[in-house]
Amino acid sequence: MIDWGAIFSNAAVELISPTTAAYALAALGLAVHFGYTGLLNFGQAGFMALGAYGYAISTLTFGFPVWASVLVGIGASVVFALILGIPTLRLRADYLAIVTIAAAEIVRLLFTTNTFQPVTGSANGLSGYKGGFADLNPIPAGTYGFGPFEYNAYDWWLRIVAWTIVILACLFTWQIMRSPWGRVIKGIREDEDAVRALGKNVYAYKMQSLILGGVFGTIAGMIFVLPRAVVPSNYQTSLTFFVYAILLLGGAATILGPVIGSMIFWVLLSFFSGFIARAVEAGWLPFMSSIQAGQLRFILVGVAIMLIVIYRPQGIFGNKKELAFVK
Amino acid sequence: MSNNTVPTAKPVKTVGMHIGEAVPGCKKKDPILVVDGVSRTFGGLKAVDVEHLEIPRGAITALIGPNGAGKTTLFNLLTGFDKPDTGSWTFEGTSIGGMAAFKVARMGQVRTFQLTKALGLLTVMDNMLLGAKAQVGENLFRAVLPFLWRQQEAHNKVKALDLLARFKLDTKKDDYAASLSGGQRKLLEMARALMSDPTLVMLDEPMAGVNPALTQSLLDHILNLKAEGMSVLFVEHDMHMVRHIADWVIVMAEGKVVAEGDPHEVMRNQAVIDAYLGQHHDEDLGEDPDAGQQNVGAIKELLDDEL
Amino acid sequence: MLSLGLLLTAVTFSTLGAGAAHADEINTDQYDYVLSGNVQFDGEPIEDVLISVDGSGYEAEVVTDADGKWRIGVPEKETYTVALDEDTLPKGVVVAKGGSEIEAEFGLTKVKSVNFFLGEGERTTVSFFDQFVNRFVNGLNFGLLLALAAIGMSLIFGTTGLSNFAHAEMITFGALATLTLSVTMGLPIWIAIVVAIVLSGALGYGLDAAIWKPLRKKGVGLIPLMIVSIGLSLALRYIFQLFYGGGTSQLPGSGMADLKFGPISLSPIDLWSMGISVVVLLAVSYFLLRTRIGKATRAVSDNPSLASASGIDVDGVIRIVWIVGGALAGLSGVLWAYFRPGVSWDMGFQILLLVFAATTLGGLGTAFGALVGSIIVGLFVELSTLWLPSDLKYVGALVVLILVLLLRPQGILGRKERIG
Ligand SMILES: Nc1ncnc2c1ncn2[C@@H]1O[C@H](COP(=O)(O)OP(=O)(O)O)[C@@H](O)[C@H]1O
Ligand SMILES: [Mg+2]
Repeated sequence: MIDWGAIFSNAAVELISPTTAAYALAALGLAVHFGYTGLLNFGQAGFMALGAYGYAISTLTFGFPVWASVLVGIGASVVFALILGIPTLRLRADYLAIVTIAAAEIVRLLFTTNTFQPVTGSANGLSGYKGGFADLNPIPAGTYGFGPFEYNAYDWWLRIVAWTIVILACLFTWQIMRSPWGRVIKGIREDEDAVRALGKNVYAYKMQSLILGGVFGTIAGMIFVLPRAVVPSNYQTSLTFFVYAILLLGGAATILGPVIGSMIFWVLLSFFSGFIARAVEAGWLPFMSSIQAGQLRFILVGVAIMLIVIYRPQGIFGNKKELAFVK
Repeated sequence: MSNNTVPTAKPVKTVGMHIGEAVPGCKKKDPILVVDGVSRTFGGLKAVDVEHLEIPRGAITALIGPNGAGKTTLFNLLTGFDKPDTGSWTFEGTSIGGMAAFKVARMGQVRTFQLTKALGLLTVMDNMLLGAKAQVGENLFRAVLPFLWRQQEAHNKVKALDLLARFKLDTKKDDYAASLSGGQRKLLEMARALMSDPTLVMLDEPMAGVNPALTQSLLDHILNLKAEGMSVLFVEHDMHMVRHIADWVIVMAEGKVVAEGDPHEVMRNQAVIDAYLGQHHDEDLGEDPDAGQQNVGAIKELLDDEL
Repeated sequence: MLSLGLLLTAVTFSTLGAGAAHADEINTDQYDYVLSGNVQFDGEPIEDVLISVDGSGYEAEVVTDADGKWRIGVPEKETYTVALDEDTLPKGVVVAKGGSEIEAEFGLTKVKSVNFFLGEGERTTVSFFDQFVNRFVNGLNFGLLLALAAIGMSLIFGTTGLSNFAHAEMITFGALATLTLSVTMGLPIWIAIVVAIVLSGALGYGLDAAIWKPLRKKGVGLIPLMIVSIGLSLALRYIFQLFYGGGTSQLPGSGMADLKFGPISLSPIDLWSMGISVVVLLAVSYFLLRTRIGKATRAVSDNPSLASASGIDVDGVIRIVWIVGGALAGLSGVLWAYFRPGVSWDMGFQILLLVFAATTLGGLGTAFGALVGSIIVGLFVELSTLWLPSDLKYVGALVVLILVLLLRPQGILGRKERIG
C-alpha cells in the first residue's frame, strides 16, 4: 500500500531545504539577468560551479577560512562574468546565450578533466570542506523541530544561513530595482539603443547586472554544496535549464517569483517522484521500472517549461501586463 | 501630408546664417556641428559620403532627401551609433568622431529614432525619468541608499510632469508606454530627450505616423525648442512642414549632400528635383513599401510651390 | 526521521546529476558483473591510471585509486575489451607484455580480474606529422557530419529566427530510428538509414506543424520560442531515455577494422560517411543556389517581409526548411552514431553546443557559413587532442567560438545588422 504520509512529509521537507534555497538564489540571479536586464545568461551552472569549487578548493587545497573561501568563489565569478561580458555584451542577445552556455561547459570540463585531478578531484569531485562552516555554528548540538522538519544542529544552521542569504538578496534586489539604477536596467531590457541615446553607458550597466546575477549564482553554488559533495556532473547545462524553469514558473521580472518558484518546483518534484517510485513499488505501474520513473520528472519539467512560456509567460507572480519577456 | 496640417501663424525664421553662396557644404557663421569627409559603405553601397557639412546653431535645420538617401545612416554616424569608414566631426568645437553613443548624448547632442523606441514595459513617467542627466541613484552602490537620491528624483519628477503636460501626456504618466498610440510614443520619445536639456536635438522623421491632429502640436514643440535656444536638426518628408518651420534645408541624395539653402530657394534647385525624380524605386521596399508614393508626393508639393 | 531530510536531498541529487563517476569504481552497484584489477609496478600501486571497458555496446572508464585498484560494473556476462591508457602511466613505465588491451571473459563467478603487466621502457610513438594527418582527416569527417546538422539549424534560424535547442534531439532521433529499424526490426542497414532519414524529415515537419507554426501565428517572441525549444529538448531527451534506456548500442557494421592509407587509418564506414556528407552537402548547395524553392528560402532568410511582399509563400518555405533540416539532422545523427561510435539517448545533446558553435562561427543564419564553421569546429576538436588531453577536446572549440565572436562578431561569413 502507498504510504501517503511519507510522500507528503518528504515533499514538505523540500519547502525549506538548502537545495531549494540555492535554486531560489540562482534563479534570483537569473531574474536580474534575464527578467530585468534582458540578458540571456545560459551559463548559470558555470557560476554555480565556480562557487562550489571556489569554496571547496580554497578550503581543501589552501586551507582558507570560511570568509576567504567565500571571497575566492565570488572573485572567481566576477572574473568569469568579465570574461563572458567583455566580448559579448556589445553583441546581439543570442550571442550571449551561446557564449555563456559554452563558457559554462568549458568550466565544467575543466573541473572534470583528469589533468587537474589533485586539485579538482576530477570526476569524483570534492568533499570534506564543511568543517569550517560547521565550526561557526552557534546552535548547541541536539535535534530540534517538529514533524518532518526535525533536524540536527548543523542542518538547522545550514538552513538558517541559506535562507537568511536568500532573504537579504531579495531585499537588496528589490531595493535596487526600484531605484534609478533599476530603471536604467529595465530600460535596457526594453531597448538598449534608446537608453544609450539618453546618455547611459549601457555596456557598463549590462556588465554590472551580469556580475551581480552571477555572484548570486555563485553564492547559490556554495549553499548547494554544503549539504552534499561537489560533483562536476551536477553542473551540466540541464542545471541552468532547471533554474530557468523555476524562474519562469515564478515570474521572470519578480523578486518573490524565484523563491516561491523554487519551493513549488522542489515540493512538486519530490511529491511526484515519491509518488511514482512508490506506485511502481506497489505495482500500480506495471509497465514502468523504477529507473524509468525517475526520468518522468525530467519530461515533466520540459513540458512544464513549454506550457508556462506559451500560456503564462509572466509566471505565477508576474504582472499580466508586464510580460517580462524581451522581444 | 495634407494642407490642413500647415499652421496659419507664421513662425519667425532665422536668416543669414551662411557665409558666401548657399552651396552644398557652405560655411556657417556659427556652426554647432561641423562634419568633414564622413563616409560609410554597406557592402559596396556608399550609403553616406559627405565632404563637408555645417549645421547652424540656434536654428531649425531640415535634412531632406528621397528614401535611402542616407539620412538615417548619417544620424547614426553623427550620434555614435555606427562607425564611419572615414571622416571626423566636431560638436561645439570638440572632436567627437568615434565617440561612444552615450557620451555623445551626454555632451548635449540627443537624438530620436525613425522607428520609435518607447520603452514599452516602463511607465510613461519612468520613460521620462530615464532621460534625466547625472542621476545619483543610477550608480549601483548609491542605488541601495534611497536617501541619497530621493530628493533629486523628486526634482526630476516635477520637471518630467511639466514636460509631459506640455506634450499633453500628463494624464498617461502611470500607464505603460506600450499602451500609447504611435503618435503619442513619438511625443514621449521627444519629451524624454528633452529631459536632458540638450543643446542639439536630432529628430529622425518625427512626424511619420503621427495622427494629423497631433502634427500641429509637434510642430509647435519643435519651434519651441528653437525659442528655448536649442538647435534642431530633423529629417522630414512633408515639404509643407519643412517649408513652414525650417530655417535651413540640407538635401541628401545617394549619400551625398546635393543642395543646401533657404527652404524656399532650395526647392527650386534643379539638383533637388533630379534627386527626387532619380530615386530608384526598387530600393528599401522592405522597410517602406510606399516610398515611391511618398517621393511622387514630395515632387508634386515641390511643383505646387513653384506656382 | 532525523536524517531523512539530508538523505532525501542526497538521493534526489544522485538521480538528477547524470550518474557521477567514481574514480575507482563505476556502475558496480548498478550491474551484477564486475571487472576489476590492480595496477602495480615493482610492487608499488600506481594511481590515476585510466582503464576503459568496451564491449556489447557498453562503454565505461575508471581511474585507479591510491592502491592502484579499479572496478567496473558491466551489464552482461559477455566478452569485453579492457584497455589501459598508457598515456596515464608514469614516465618510463609501459605495458610490458600482453598489450595494453585485454579481452576479458567471465568464468563461473560474477567478478573477473584483469591485470596488466607493466615494465620499464619508453613508448614508441607515432610521428607528430602522422598523428596530425590522421587527426586532420578525422576532424574533416567530424566537421562534415556537424555541417549536416548545422546547415539545418542555420536554415531554420535564418527563416524563423529560432535558435533551436531541440535540434539535438532531431539528431538523436535519426540514430535511434536507424537502431530500431535495423537492429530491432531487422531491416538491412541501408534501408533502415533511408527510412530513418525520411522519418526525421517527418519529425521536422511534425514539430513545425504541431508547435512552431502555431506559436509563430500567435506572435510569440523569439526568446520565448527559444525557451520553448529548450523545454522541448529536455522532454524529448528523457522520452528517448524512457524508451531506449541509458546505455549505448551499436549500429550494424560499426567497429569495422581500419584500412591504412599511409599514416591515415580510416574504416570503410568513415569513408562512406565522408562521401555521403559531401554528396548531401553538394545537393543542399544545389538546392539553395539553383532551385526555385532554394532561392525562395534564401530570400526569406534575407528579409521575410520583403519576401512575402514579393509573393513568396513564406509558410511553405519554412515548412520545407523544417523537413530538410530534420532530414539533415537525422542523417547527421546516423553518421555521428558511427563516428562516436554508439547510439545513446543524449548523443545529439553531446554535440549540440558544437553545432551551435559552428552555426555562430559561420555567421548566424548563413547556410554556407555554417558549413565553413562546422569544418573549423570539427578540425579544431580533433586536432586539439594533439596538445590537449582528450577529455578537454571540446574546450578548444568552445574557446575558439568565444575568440571569434570577440574578433568578428558577425561570424566568419555573416553580415552586420542595421540600427535606427
Ligand atoms: N545596416 C545596413 N546594412 C546594409 N545596408 C544599409 C544598412 N543601413 C542602411 N543601409 C542602406 O543604406 C542606404 C541609406 O539608408 P538610410 O540611411 O536608412 O536612408 P534614409 O534614412 O535616407 O531613408 C539604403 O540604401 C539602405 O538600404
Ligand atoms: Mg531614414
